Amino acid sequence: MQGHSTYVPKSSAAKWLEARLPIIGLMHSSFVSYPTPKNLNYFWTFGGILMVMLVVQIISGIVLAMHYTPHVDMAFQSVEHIMRDVNHGWLIRYLHMNGASMFFIAVYLHIFRGLYYGSYKAPREVLWILGVVILLLMMATAFMGYVLPWGQMSLWGAVVITNLFSAIPLVGETIVTWLWGGFAVDNPTLNRFFSLHYLLPFMIFGVVILHVWALHVVGQNNPTGVEVKNLKKDTVPFTPYATVKDAFAMVCFFVMFAYFVFFHPNYLGHADNYIMADALKTPAHIVPEWYFLPFYAILRSIPDKLGGVVMMGAAIVILAFLPWLDTSRIRSGSYRPTFRIFFWVFVFVCVLLGWVGSQDTARAVMKFGDQTVLTMVGLGQILTAYYFGHFLVILPLLGLFEKPGSLPASIAESVLGGGYGTPVGAAASPEHKG
Amino acid sequence: MTMKTLFKAAAALTLILGLGTTAAHAAGDAVQPPRQSWSFAGPLGRYDNNQLQRGFQVYQNVCAACHSLSKLSFRNLSEKGGPEFKPEQIRELAAKWPIQVKDGPNDKGEMFERAPRAADRFPSPHANVEAAKAANGGAAPPDFSVLAKARTYTRGFPLFLVDIFSQYQEQGPDYIYALLADGYLKDGEKPPIAVEEGLNYNKYMPGQKISMVEPLSDGQVEYTDGSPATKAQYAKDVTAFMMWAAEPKLEERKQMGFRVMIFLIVFAGLLYYTKKKVWADVKSPKTVQGHAH
Repeated sequence: MQGHSTYVPKSSAAKWLEARLPIIGLMHSSFVSYPTPKNLNYFWTFGGILMVMLVVQIISGIVLAMHYTPHVDMAFQSVEHIMRDVNHGWLIRYLHMNGASMFFIAVYLHIFRGLYYGSYKAPREVLWILGVVILLLMMATAFMGYVLPWGQMSLWGAVVITNLFSAIPLVGETIVTWLWGGFAVDNPTLNRFFSLHYLLPFMIFGVVILHVWALHVVGQNNPTGVEVKNLKKDTVPFTPYATVKDAFAMVCFFVMFAYFVFFHPNYLGHADNYIMADALKTPAHIVPEWYFLPFYAILRSIPDKLGGVVMMGAAIVILAFLPWLDTSRIRSGSYRPTFRIFFWVFVFVCVLLGWVGSQDTARAVMKFGDQTVLTMVGLGQILTAYYFGHFLVILPLLGLFEKPGSLPASIAESVLGGGYGTPVGAAASPEHKG
Repeated sequence: MTMKTLFKAAAALTLILGLGTTAAHAAGDAVQPPRQSWSFAGPLGRYDNNQLQRGFQVYQNVCAACHSLSKLSFRNLSEKGGPEFKPEQIRELAAKWPIQVKDGPNDKGEMFERAPRAADRFPSPHANVEAAKAANGGAAPPDFSVLAKARTYTRGFPLFLVDIFSQYQEQGPDYIYALLADGYLKDGEKPPIAVEEGLNYNKYMPGQKISMVEPLSDGQVEYTDGSPATKAQYAKDVTAFMMWAAEPKLEERKQMGFRVMIFLIVFAGLLYYTKKKVWADVKSPKTVQGHAH
C-alpha cells in the first residue's frame, strides 16, 4: 500500500543504521504506520494471534527439546521426566500440547474469515496461496509432533498416515520404506520425525514472513470488501489502533488457552497416548487429533485407498484454487445473501465431517426398522461430496446467478453509518475489481 | 459479521473442539462407570493427603506384587501436593522395600543389587515385560505411573461438550474405581457371557473379560486412621493414589491457573478500556472534529 513509509530516524545511531540497513524503517512501516481499514472486526485479530501462537510453540518446543530423548525406549519416559522432574516441565509441555490445538482453532477461524469475506479474491491470490502452504506445513508439523511422545496413538497414527503413501502406484512401497528409514515405524522414524518437527516451524516462520509481506503489498481486506479509496478517511495507522485491538483479542484468546492448560489439559488429547507405544497391540480405535478429523473422514469415505489419499490431499489443495473457483465479483459475504446461506451450510458440513471422522465407520446413523439406512461411512460420503461440491459447483455457479446486495460507497461510509443504500454499480462499482 | 454470527462461529468451534475427543474407547459392550466424587476434581480440587497415604498403603500391600510404578521415585511420596510422608519415613520405606535395585558397575566391574534409596525410582516387580507376562497368565499387569490418565470411557454427544465447561476429567479414576469396587461378580452370580479359563468377568472392562482376579476384599489392609477397611474404601483410596501418581503437579497447576486467569482477565479488562479510548475518535466523527489537529 502506498504512503506508509514515514519513518524518520531521530538519533544519530538510528540514522547511521537506517542508511546502511533500513530495518527500523521496515518495522515502522509494517507495524506502526501501516494503514489498516478502520472497519475491521475481531475476526481480523487472528493473524496476530497466530503469529504469537507460532512463537509460543517455538519457544516451548525448544525448551522441551532440551529435555526430550528421541529414542523408542526412552521417549515416553523422557516426556514423563519432563512432567515430573523438570522445573515447571508440566507447564511447558501442557502449553505446547494445548498450544497446537489453539494454533489450529485460530488458523481455522482465520481461514473461515477469509472464506466469508472473500479475502482470497484479486489482488490477494498469492497471499491466500501462501496461507494454504502454511496450513499444509502446520499439518505436517503437528502430525510429526504428535508422534514424539511415543504413546499408542503416536505410533499407530504414524503407522496409518505413513502407510497412506503406499497407495502411490509403482513407487509407493519404496517411498514408505524411505519415510520409515526401515521396514516399520521404528526408531529411525522417530528420529527423523523429531528432526523435521524441529525444522518445519522455522519454515513456517519463513512462509509467514512472505505471507505478511504479500499482505502489506495488497493491503488488508475488510468486512465490506470495498477497497481502500482514501487513506485518510478509510484507514487508521496500525499503531496504536490495530495493536491495542489485537492485544485485547490476544489476551482474550489466552484466557481460553490458559483454561485448557491449567484446568483441562488432557481434554483435547487421547487417553491412549498415555500408554507407551506397543507395536504388537493395535488400539481399538485409531483416531487422529481433532484438527485432522474432517480430513480423516474424507479419507475413510472413499473405498479405494489411493482414491482416499488423493481426495484427502485435494480437500486442502482445492483451497489454493479458490480465487478462480469463486466467480462472484463481490468480495464480502455481507453483500451476498445466497452465498451467506451456503457458507454456513459449508461450516456445518466441515464440523459434521469432523464428528464423522471421530466415529466408528460401521456405526449406524439412521435406521429404518432393523435396516440400517445410513452408516457413518455413508454419511461421510455425502458430506465429502458436498465439501467438494461447495468449491466445484456452488461457488462457480453462485457468482453467475446470485443477486448481490448493495455495497457501501466506501469504508468510511460503512463505519460512520452512512447507510448501506448505495445501489450496486453506482459509486461503489463492484464490478471494478480491486 | 455481527455479534450473532460471532456466537454462531463460537458454537461451531466448540463443536469442532469437542468432536475430537469422542473417540470411542473400546467395544461398546462395557458398562459406563458411575461418577464418583473426588477431592481432586474441579477448579479448586486438591488431593486428600490422608487418602493418598492410605492409597499408597493399598498399593504397597496389594498391587505392588504385580504392578510396577516405574516413573515415580520414592522421594515423590514426600513431595508437596502428594501423600506428603515425612522424608525419614520414605528413607525407611525405601530401605525396607522388598525388591532390590540394580546398581553398578562397582570398582571390580561387577553389577550388584542393593536396597533402594529415596532418590531411586520404584523397582519393578518383574525383570521385563516377558517375565511379567509369564508370571501372570500371558497378560502383563499395566504400570501404575500414568494409568489413571490412560483409561477413559466414551462420553458421547452432547456430554463431551458439557465436559468442557463442567471440567469433568475423572473418567479414568471413575473407570478404575468401578472396575475394582463393583466390576467383578458378587457371590453366587453367574457371568452373563462365556468367560474362558484364566479370565475373569468384569462388567466395566472393555470386552468384559479381565486377566486379573478380583484384587481387593474387605479387611485386607489395616488402616490406622479409622477409615473403614472395606473393598470400596480401598478401591477409592488406591484410585486417588493412582491419579496423584499420574498427575503429581495437579495442585500446583490449578493454583497457578487461578493466578494466571485472574491476571489475564484483569489485563483483558484494562486493554478493553484502552482500546475503547484509543478508538473513540474513529467511532464517532464528532470527536474527530473536536480533536482535529
